[in-house]
Amino acid sequence: MIVAEKKPVEEIIDYVKDFKKLLIAGCNECVTVCEAGGKKEVGILASALRMYFLNEGKKVEIDEVTLERQCDHEYLEEIRDRIDKYDAVLSLACGVGVQFMAEKYFSTPVFPGVNTCFLGAAEERGVWSERCQACGQCILGETAGICPISRCAKRLLNGPCGGSTKGKCEINKDLDCAWQLIIDRLKELNRLDDYEKIMPIKDWSTERAGGPRKVVREDVRL
Amino acid sequence: MRINYPGTIRIIRLPCTGKVDVIHILRAFEKGADGVYVVGCLEGECRFSNGNLRAKKRIEQAQQILDAIGIGGERAQMYNLSSADGPRFAEYAVEMTEKIKKLGPNPLKKAKEKMAA
Ligand code: SF4
Ligand code: SF4
Repeated sequence: MIVAEKKPVEEIIDYVKDFKKLLIAGCNECVTVCEAGGKKEVGILASALRMYFLNEGKKVEIDEVTLERQCDHEYLEEIRDRIDKYDAVLSLACGVGVQFMAEKYFSTPVFPGVNTCFLGAAEERGVWSERCQACGQCILGETAGICPISRCAKRLLNGPCGGSTKGKCEINKDLDCAWQLIIDRLKELNRLDDYEKIMPIKDWSTERAGGPRKVVREDVRL
Repeated sequence: MRINYPGTIRIIRLPCTGKVDVIHILRAFEKGADGVYVVGCLEGECRFSNGNLRAKKRIEQAQQILDAIGIGGERAQMYNLSSADGPRFAEYAVEMTEKIKKLGPNPLKKAKEKMAA
């Protein structure tokens, strides 16, 4: 999922302090699961902002909505009939949702309520960690299902580096060395021979280095 | 036991303090409460293993928000006691009441009056 973290209330207040009619829009997908921008967080933020404005003696109307997704036209369209009522939207979706909202409702200011962090997994309740950097050319098949692009600090394709110590990465002793994990799992899978193969230089043009990306699927287009 | 405690306190019963969420605390303040305190079992003695520890963290979150919006985080507090300890319950009620009296009423009350005027 896309992992995000709530922005501090102070930062959000700074964004919206001069508006009179606000819509706080949550998203029912990733940000709900990582408890940063779902219905519950929308409720908490709305309550906090209502109290803030009242305490400041400002009359501000705050509405709450949580859309199924903010990265799809059909769900964003659900608020078209009332968007003009608001003079700003606070979107608690990931950066994608915030931008799609801004694109769609061009004349309404949209502010982010979360910091979008990475593509990751819920290791345990309350702990998320990065697993993928969307490089556009997945090599997990060669690396025993462990991604060195997102999990090795140096993004090595033929690791480990000389800093790998007792299974930990040299940048942080609490961080597993991705290449140690790869080797351990290749061993487990009886595929250590694969480790001997030198991986060729990766085509980074499919990654962000090649500029903003786009996927066009003629087979599913209308 | 027939112990007295301040009559200004309204008790909201919960199955476990683990049921408390940040939104419940904020809503209480929005509705005009001057203070909110959660009384849970002693740490390490939660029947559901860590409900009271969860509540503690949620109170902390609520405190941060209350500070950020100018209501004051000290108006929310967590207390722990054994469920058999009636006298302690009354003590906490007195302590919290004194503290809130010192802090004065929920600032939103004044703000509301001003708005209405
Ligand atoms: S190799 Fe690329 S696509 Fe595959 S998990 Fe790693 S970053 Fe993601
Ligand atoms: S120690 Fe391991 S994970 Fe860290 S940079 Fe070196 S190879 Fe990558």
